[in-house]
Amino acid sequence: MSNTTTKVREPLIRMSKRASIIWWKAWLIRAAAIILALVFCAVIIVLMTGQNPFAVYGSLIAGNFGSARKVMITLHKTAILLCIALGVTPAFKMKFWNIGAEGQVLMGALASAACMIYLGNVLPTALLMPVTLICAMAAAVIWSIIPALCKAKWNTNETLFTLMLNYVAIQLVSYAITFWENPSGSNSVGVINPNTQGGWMPLLFGQKYLLNIVIVAALTIFMYIYLKYSKHGYEIAVVGESQNTARYIGIEVKKVIIRTLAFTGCIMGLIGMMLVCGTDHTISVDTAGGQGFTAIVVSWLAKFNPIFMSLTSFLIIFMQRGASEIATTFRLNESVADVLTGIILFFIIGCEFFINYKVSFRHAHEEGK
Amino acid sequence: MIAVIFSFIKQAIIQGIPLLFGSTGEIITEKSGNMNLGVPGIMYIGGIAGIMGSYFYEKSGAVMNPVLGILIPLLCSFAASVLMALIFCFLTVTLRANQNVTGLALTTFGVGVGNFFGGSLTTLVGAEGTISVVTSGLYFKATLPFASKLGIFGDTFLSFGFLAYLAIIIALVAQWFMNHTRAGLSLRAVGESPATADAAGINVTKTKYLATCLGGGVAGLGGLYFIMDYIGGTWTNGGFGDRGWLAIALVIFALWKPASSILGSILFGGLYILYLYIPGLSRSSQEIFKMLPYIVTIAVLIFISIRDRRENQPPESLGLSYFREER
Repeated sequence: MSNTTTKVREPLIRMSKRASIIWWKAWLIRAAAIILALVFCAVIIVLMTGQNPFAVYGSLIAGNFGSARKVMITLHKTAILLCIALGVTPAFKMKFWNIGAEGQVLMGALASAACMIYLGNVLPTALLMPVTLICAMAAAVIWSIIPALCKAKWNTNETLFTLMLNYVAIQLVSYAITFWENPSGSNSVGVINPNTQGGWMPLLFGQKYLLNIVIVAALTIFMYIYLKYSKHGYEIAVVGESQNTARYIGIEVKKVIIRTLAFTGCIMGLIGMMLVCGTDHTISVDTAGGQGFTAIVVSWLAKFNPIFMSLTSFLIIFMQRGASEIATTFRLNESVADVLTGIILFFIIGCEFFINYKVSFRHAHEEGK
Repeated sequence: MIAVIFSFIKQAIIQGIPLLFGSTGEIITEKSGNMNLGVPGIMYIGGIAGIMGSYFYEKSGAVMNPVLGILIPLLCSFAASVLMALIFCFLTVTLRANQNVTGLALTTFGVGVGNFFGGSLTTLVGAEGTISVVTSGLYFKATLPFASKLGIFGDTFLSFGFLAYLAIIIALVAQWFMNHTRAGLSLRAVGESPATADAAGINVTKTKYLATCLGGGVAGLGGLYFIMDYIGGTWTNGGFGDRGWLAIALVIFALWKPASSILGSILFGGLYILYLYIPGLSRSSQEIFKMLPYIVTIAVLIFISIRDRRENQPPESLGLSYFREER
């Protein structure tokens, strides 16, 4: 083949896989993507509302940090999203696509609500809390371990299985609501035990959201150590990279899958309890707040690192709450938050390419030949 | 009793049509090795783009022309859905991002855009109330003129708008295309083993783009059918519900065969509304009955994985990005 034909055939843009990238370069690329996404979002909001962009950024910040209460809510929402992300991470790292976090949290919430309603005024708080926690975890573990068992035994598609269980859980909650509704006919449960506060989690320094935030912070550190330094964490990493390697070095893949999903279920149950007994004191089909999918993305964006996850979940919550503020200010629909979240996710997902691959142009490539 | 059964079949078909569009679109997509979990979002976009097209056409004050009244929303819906699929393709095929993550982000985005414009469009253009395009809705609901004269048979099987028949035709054509044409063979080859297809001279990137965009466009029509025909041209936020996910589940139920998904979608449509047809259900047991489509999907999933037959398996490279230098 002559030299000329090779030249004609050479494409304008060439992509090659990077062997490695210095960590600060990778984070520079991610930061650039986030900034680009924020600018892009602002342009869209400005086009729709006709406001000047600084006013838009102003309401973004006001929506998150406008008052002490708003700061706490922002932190709490971040904590809950982070916690769901922590729950899906071990399984996710193993390439087990659990997109049923929503349903698992709901099951935990359902069990917690049941404990509050039936045992709330019977058992003393010191006994009630552990009982509720165990019930919540058990319910969520059932929801997470059934797909894991099927995956381990028959290699059943876990993505759709966990997804379908979400809707089964939603229907179970609707079913329970028809029995628990208060006042009757309202199709909602209302605040459970408003007078006795039976089953309510205790307040930390009189702050409604603080206890949950502290729990999640502790869990984040625990998860970091668990994934990085424990034997379980190592097994999860090996199974995720290559199941054959795992089998070769004597890891029981099935056992790891089931154990990890049981652990996921425990975390999801805890979230359900924190939401129902800690903050909401009621239950509805929206208790989990539709964060199950977002949590997957949060975990993936942070490269399964729990510490980075707190940053990514804060970024998502910041945008969502800021967008809600914008929506209220300009009498727009709440869903603007989802639109902006989607745009930011596209940018961050896209930027991973530039971390993993090198793009070179035709003339730059020539001398290397 | 007979009348009830026929009315049930009719309602099942009506509920099944959006699922059929969605699952046919997703089958075409998955055959190219792309697992597009963004289909629920794409279907929302298909619905909102269509109704927005109609809304601006009706608002323009022009004399309503039935042909344009159908073509405008149809094209808007298709184009917007293709655009969404294009985002997915660009991120997963060109930038090789993870398909599941991209798909979930696309769904968040699509549902958000749908509900956002559905709830805010009238505010944005300075009008009141919700979007409502009843006239255009009637065009979509128009049936064959002789359908009502054929008694119960005509009412059950011929009383649908043209989109319902289009869904069935697309599914049949897709089935024929994939199994009996050269291009269909290339498509399947790319989904099974992109490296082999590449070596055989098939343009993997182009095939993936074409299949995913076309599949997205078809799926979007499901949203259009739901809004314009079933609802009759009014947007309700979140009204489309979880049908997009059921459509994805149907792909497995139909074992990646569009023709099987015709019956599958009618069956799922039936399960979706069964609770309305069982007499004497209390409110609480209705909620239990609404679980049926999901429970059945789970049962099918498990059943297929236990049987584990070779011809019933998903495309070999489903969900994986292809990079030529990575072999």
